[in-house]
Amino acid sequence: MDPLIVNALIILSIFGITLLIATYSTWAERKVAGYIQDRLGPNRAGWGGLMQPLADAGKMFFKEDFIPAHANKWLFIFGPSLAMLTACMASAVIPFGDSFIVGENIVLVQAIEVNIGILYVFGVVSLGVYGLMIGGWASNNKFSLLGAVRAASQNISYELAMGLSIIAIILMSGSLSLRTIVEGQHGGNWNILYQPLGFIIFLTCAFAECNRTPFDLPECETELIGGYHTEYSSMKLGFYLFAEYINMFASSAVTACLFFGGFNYPGMDAVQNQLISSLGEATGHNIATAIGIAVMFAKILFGIFFFMWVRWTLPRFRYDQLMNLGWKGLIPAAILNVILTGAGILLEMRWLSWVAVLIVIAIAVIQASASQKKELRAQRA
Amino acid sequence: MKLTNRAKQIDNSPMTVAERLYIPAIATGLGITIKHFFKKKATINYPEEQRPFSSIFRGLHVLKRDEQGRERCTACGLCAVACPAEAISMTAAERKPGEEKLYREEKYAAVYEINMLRCIFCGLCEEACPKAAIFLQPDKIAPAFVDREQVIFGKDRLVEKMDDRATTGIQKYTGVKS
Repeated sequence: MDPLIVNALIILSIFGITLLIATYSTWAERKVAGYIQDRLGPNRAGWGGLMQPLADAGKMFFKEDFIPAHANKWLFIFGPSLAMLTACMASAVIPFGDSFIVGENIVLVQAIEVNIGILYVFGVVSLGVYGLMIGGWASNNKFSLLGAVRAASQNISYELAMGLSIIAIILMSGSLSLRTIVEGQHGGNWNILYQPLGFIIFLTCAFAECNRTPFDLPECETELIGGYHTEYSSMKLGFYLFAEYINMFASSAVTACLFFGGFNYPGMDAVQNQLISSLGEATGHNIATAIGIAVMFAKILFGIFFFMWVRWTLPRFRYDQLMNLGWKGLIPAAILNVILTGAGILLEMRWLSWVAVLIVIAIAVIQASASQKKELRAQRA
Repeated sequence: MKLTNRAKQIDNSPMTVAERLYIPAIATGLGITIKHFFKKKATINYPEEQRPFSSIFRGLHVLKRDEQGRERCTACGLCAVACPAEAISMTAAERKPGEEKLYREEKYAAVYEINMLRCIFCGLCEEACPKAAIFLQPDKIAPAFVDREQVIFGKDRLVEKMDDRATTGIQKYTGVKS
């Protein structure tokens, strides 16, 4: 088969899967929210509320599509489109699995294998700011503009720390290609074991980049009515909200690739050998790949669940706290992590990044045992 | 004043490093929320599952008949006097010969109306009634209405049907079963 057609098919199927998972994330979000709050969540539309996303989509399509009189009409439409577009683009370079052997050809389970994969992801993610910024600006509403400015400055601030935390990973794997990074973690050498600090920084930044709680300040309805999408209605609002779920999927996938070994799982070599010896070269390899894809999606789905879990646990940051954490907390920590990782590579001690964690834990324990909490006085009799 | 035992003392002393990292606190919080994820849900799926009424629930009014099917109400007006919302109004009439099967005493309510927009379901009518005629049923919710025409409930809707007698606690007052 023409490799172009094969590529197109893979791109289309990954695109479809992305949209499907994002659709059902909206259902899962409400279900998780319900379960965490001792409720049941949607359970009327379909089995366990499974038709709910379709009902929501239908509702959104039939709502009045309103464009404010003083809005810049074209940019107003362009904003959500751009948000959606950039969100969908990010998953193109993610390796969802190893490879399939089809006849003579080896087909990678990845839309595009480029040797700058992670750079591409960062480029696309930083484009996402434009969707928010244009949407907020074109609305011609000061609250929307404020929300957009907050979104933009938040994304830029956290992108720095995110990039720095990635540098440690790139140092360790020696490649920008996501596939090489994933394959480098083969055999249980998951990066999270070597980069605990980098992982925490990356995770925090991923939350901020996705505008998820506790970093969902751009759409803080108590201060900004609705933030950058105050003036949006109908499916344009739907696009903004949907883009958030696609972003969640993409960032869960990137996190899985960078820190949790992507499609690797413990004992995968034994499984593959077993399958190849019992089913033959091609079939065995293909089934082993399919298992790898399932593992990858399990990791991604857990990532999405974690996003939701955190949403119903933590309260929203105040804006100055957000900026403090980003600039004074995460960026210095990320730089320290890069230095430690570099030193670790130089000294051939891959675990060196743990030193920072151990130092912090030691300081915390010492200080906690040294500082006696003052005796509490009753505030009210 | 101490209302519950759940109040926590606020601690304003400077935070330690462990506290300023927030990670232990966040982990604790995540633990608490995930525990709730697996807890039994408080939800009752309303139309399929229904919560039993409280034992002191006061619902839709009923004007009782006695065991021979005669209306107990004698239009004395005590319920209207007792009603704090002035929802009850009635017109009395005298029983004609031959109507002994219909009305228990010589006087009866020719018109008996409760304005359901005014009624607060306090139950004072029930307490005021010397003839054990009016009750607030413990198992029936007053029906919803969408129109002011439907608000005033007359005798047609209040007096119980003999083939469908209300199972309310008349015996509490009279010792007679329903």
